[in-house]
Amino acid sequence: MSAPAYDLGRHPAALALVNRHRLRVWEPLPWILALAFYFAFPNHLGFGTDLLVTILFALSLDLALGYAGIVTLGHAAFFGAGAYTVGMLAHHGIWNEPISGLLMGASVAALIGFASGLILLRTTGLTLLMLTLCTMALLEEAANMGEKYTGGFDGLPNLPIPPLFGLFEFNPLYPRVQYLYVLGVLFLCFIFVRTLVYSPFGRSLTGIRENVLRMHAVGAPVNWRLVTCYTISAAIAGIAGGLWAQANAYVNLSTLSLDRAATVLIILVLGGYGRLYGAFIGAVVYMALSHFLAQVYPTAWQLGLGLMLVLIALFARNGVIGLWDMLRNRLMAKGATMRATKSGPS
Amino acid sequence: MRVIFGIDVASMVLGGLAAGMVLFIVSVGLSVTMGLMGFVNLAHGGFAMLGGYVIVLAMRNWGIGFLPALALGFVVIAGVSIAFERLLYSRLYRASELDQVLFTIGLVFMMISTVTLTIGPENQQLMLPSWLQGQLDLGILHYRTYSVFLIAVGTAIVIGLWLGFERTRMGAQIRAAVDNRRMAESLGINIDRLFMFTFAFGSGMAAIGGGLGAEFLGLNPQYPLIYLVYFLIVVSVGGLGRVTGVFFASILIGIFDFALKKYLPQGGTLFIFAMTILLLLWRPQGLFGGKAT
Repeated sequence: MSAPAYDLGRHPAALALVNRHRLRVWEPLPWILALAFYFAFPNHLGFGTDLLVTILFALSLDLALGYAGIVTLGHAAFFGAGAYTVGMLAHHGIWNEPISGLLMGASVAALIGFASGLILLRTTGLTLLMLTLCTMALLEEAANMGEKYTGGFDGLPNLPIPPLFGLFEFNPLYPRVQYLYVLGVLFLCFIFVRTLVYSPFGRSLTGIRENVLRMHAVGAPVNWRLVTCYTISAAIAGIAGGLWAQANAYVNLSTLSLDRAATVLIILVLGGYGRLYGAFIGAVVYMALSHFLAQVYPTAWQLGLGLMLVLIALFARNGVIGLWDMLRNRLMAKGATMRATKSGPS
Repeated sequence: MRVIFGIDVASMVLGGLAAGMVLFIVSVGLSVTMGLMGFVNLAHGGFAMLGGYVIVLAMRNWGIGFLPALALGFVVIAGVSIAFERLLYSRLYRASELDQVLFTIGLVFMMISTVTLTIGPENQQLMLPSWLQGQLDLGILHYRTYSVFLIAVGTAIVIGLWLGFERTRMGAQIRAAVDNRRMAESLGINIDRLFMFTFAFGSGMAAIGGGLGAEFLGLNPQYPLIYLVYFLIVVSVGGLGRVTGVFFASILIGIFDFALKKYLPQGGTLFIFAMTILLLLWRPQGLFGGKAT
């Protein structure tokens, strides 16, 4: 009795699993573009730095919202926690080395994420939305009140940030060092997130998002997975906040505001959530538009933004990436050479 | 000393009640529509703002009285919201929460920028009629006539809504649908139509609340975002689809907010947020919500 000569390794499902996380040809492209930006637009590196920080922040939200399906309106809580940790340590002369400062910011944000996630991730729907929103508002109000430590409404200006590795001076007016530094951190965080979402852990998050009941039924520790994911996401948001504080050399209440939380949500949705590169595309589109339009026509920009959100919610649920997928699938179906592949989250 | 303290407490309670009444009038529609459809409508404050503008501008430009202006605000915003509901909201009933959040945030942005473009970013003053200005002698203390008026109007509306909710056919249908939508539907209740009416009515009430509160909450294009958190807190503390729950939550938060702003101007809001978090952890369905969803 010999088993049928069928190689499981060649089964389409197995191949899909194996190839799922393989590096695609175009994946180095964003990084090449980011480096090209550095050389092509030396006068816009401040904008570039801001863009990279936003990408990192949106990436952290993607982990919680896009992969684990935690609908939060208060993600700026962690951004602000990271920013204020870095800012307060530097301002009061306790610690201002950039990289270890970032790690401290990440730890504080992770701690808040863990503590709040532990209790509020048991809820869903409106209650969860409200609890995340209230946590953020609570932190904002605390930062507003603790004037002695946080600078209150005015924030902490002129943070002393020493040179990176003791060699490269941070210069707010000509942020070359900041740009490369932020790019480096973003790259490391992205590698981490990419590895994470393709790991079994990441798969189980997607499972929880798609069907909680079934994940419970197969014995997945749903709550712990969510808390872990929320904590990691908070830590990355904390790093983004710390970078923001270091690059701008100041911290203020805007890092904790509903405005920031809503903006990052919009950015992620614009790009496409639950997709690795959604944060990138969303941030580039949003920041480029807002950079050119918001300064000239702030009100019209807001109107356009609102309209865009309404249209996305009504027609294009997966943002720019979703539209691209749809277009590609249509073209493929027309060509009739390949079967129309179902566009699931990658 | 005791008399002064008593008067202090009384004026605090009155001020809080007046604020709470406005909060109730604005939020009650949100609670019922959220309870009925589970629709996360962050644009509700936008209808309150639009209503406030209709009321204030109608009074200023057309010289109509305060009460007719309130009625006009109700009718206009109810009409507008029916159009919104039929054309836009109804497409998203079965959509995910995130889509509803995005859609309504987008709507808020559009409302804010439209008002800023057409009317301007500045604060609009509500011109109170002369019979609502000044102080009223209440026996033990003198108090602002307008606050007393707000409490009276609020009480009348609460009683009216409670009767409508508990004693009419439609109120019974709404309660049934909030408790168990599928069952209500299978009994032949037309949920879509019911929802359209409650949505329009709730938005109209929000418009009245926007007008009534314009005097002390202010009225500018940023209104829906500034007070969004308050409306949501009231609804989630009171419980979805509960008129009485929303009423008590509004009064509670109105009085707390008033007292804290007076005695603890620095950390007042902090306390309200902390309280809301603790309360929602203890009872995720709100103080008066019936079912844990």
